[in-house]
Amino acid sequence: MANSVIDQSTLISLEKVERWYGAFHALKAIDLSVRKGEKIVLCGPSGSGKSTLIRCINALETIQDGSITVEGQLLDGSSKAVDAIRREVGMVFQSFNLFPHMTVLQNCALAPMRVRGTSRADAEKLARKYLERVRILDQAEKYPAQLSGGQQQRVAIARALCMEPKVMLFDEPTSALDPEMVKEVLDTMISLARDGMTMICVTHEMGFARQVADRVIFMASGEIIEEAEPEIFFKSPKHERTKTFLGEILAHH
Amino acid sequence: MNYKFDFGAVFERAPELLWATLGTFGLAFAGMALALLIGILGVIARTSHNKIARAPVIAFVEIVRNTPFLVQIFYIYFALPLMGIRLNPTATAIIALGINGGAYAIEIIRGGVESISKGQVEAGYALGLHKADVFRLIVLKPALRAIYPSLTSQFIMLTLTTSVCTSIAAYELTSAAQRIESDTFRSFEVYFSVTGIYLVISSVMMGIFALISRRYFSYPAR
Repeated sequence: MANSVIDQSTLISLEKVERWYGAFHALKAIDLSVRKGEKIVLCGPSGSGKSTLIRCINALETIQDGSITVEGQLLDGSSKAVDAIRREVGMVFQSFNLFPHMTVLQNCALAPMRVRGTSRADAEKLARKYLERVRILDQAEKYPAQLSGGQQQRVAIARALCMEPKVMLFDEPTSALDPEMVKEVLDTMISLARDGMTMICVTHEMGFARQVADRVIFMASGEIIEEAEPEIFFKSPKHERTKTFLGEILAHH
Repeated sequence: MNYKFDFGAVFERAPELLWATLGTFGLAFAGMALALLIGILGVIARTSHNKIARAPVIAFVEIVRNTPFLVQIFYIYFALPLMGIRLNPTATAIIALGINGGAYAIEIIRGGVESISKGQVEAGYALGLHKADVFRLIVLKPALRAIYPSLTSQFIMLTLTTSVCTSIAAYELTSAAQRIESDTFRSFEVYFSVTGIYLVISSVMMGIFALISRRYFSYPAR
């Protein structure tokens, strides 16, 4: 893959990415290329490196070898590259991570104002637009603690969208939610996918993967073991570890 | 009981007690301001990755928290002139209160900063915010709110500790009480009144802290 030709529509490209935590080899020679508009679901057992992988894309984790390029910008360790990439990459976390001392509207307007230099009026207009988009505009003046988990996660999605990113990363966005709230978040993600957003989702929601993913990637022990279209991935997984994993996941759902 | 209560002597000296009360408030607020400054700077050094910055702070906190305040204030009172620094008792008292309160503040504030979830900091970075903005806009307020009860009760302690400053004849309530007592021999009446005044001082402090809290930390907790 080292000589892979990056075509025009490639948005993200990882080549031979390596990451260790001390002696623990978290990512082993990861090659991955994501086209504009593509929806990728990353799955695998815990500790397989899937969260680490997407956290490397927006430089929340540093890599020790290989390269990551987002929209032609090489992540070379300079703060300029980090800034450029974080402006284009939105992220949604498992534990929402809303700022507790700000209202929903302030949570959404903060980054456009501080990072893009948008005026308060314009930032709030933007915030309202994306809160409407995730159907939670009626809660704009509330504080995060006054919302349910599902509502908080939708606000977190709106907050990321306010930076108008080219790609959205989702790190197990429904894992911390009560079961009855999973659907409202998944529906929001599905509707985002329908609008053509490029997405990389770490999730075990296999129904979601079937419905929206262009590719499902299975990781284990820091390696990409198998990747395929969902149809093929679920019907005829090739690798033994994939079969075991799917057996366990589907038995629990 | 044959003792006849006579508060007349205390009422006669009421203006003196009032001024001394203001002296106590002055020592307390100046001491708090210095303690807060030492606390914040100490935490920055204490949480740095540089061992040379951390070590003296750890030593400072341990020494101050494991020795009596009375000894500390004498130490400062007699050590400073040896270094050629001559300060009046009130300035010395403020420094001693600030150093003592600062050592406790360092430990309290450190706990607050560490209580802020790493996730909120990461969310800030992921949105493209820089380190200074993340600290100022995302970490600071929730951290202060988290430590506010312990920090303010420490500050009430500091306020009451001002009475020890009578030992170097700083201008405050307890030294005024001692003066009035030795003039009038009305020990019970004087200390009964002063006890009441200290209760009022503490209540006023708690009232001020509650107002600040209601103004700045009113957002709902989870």
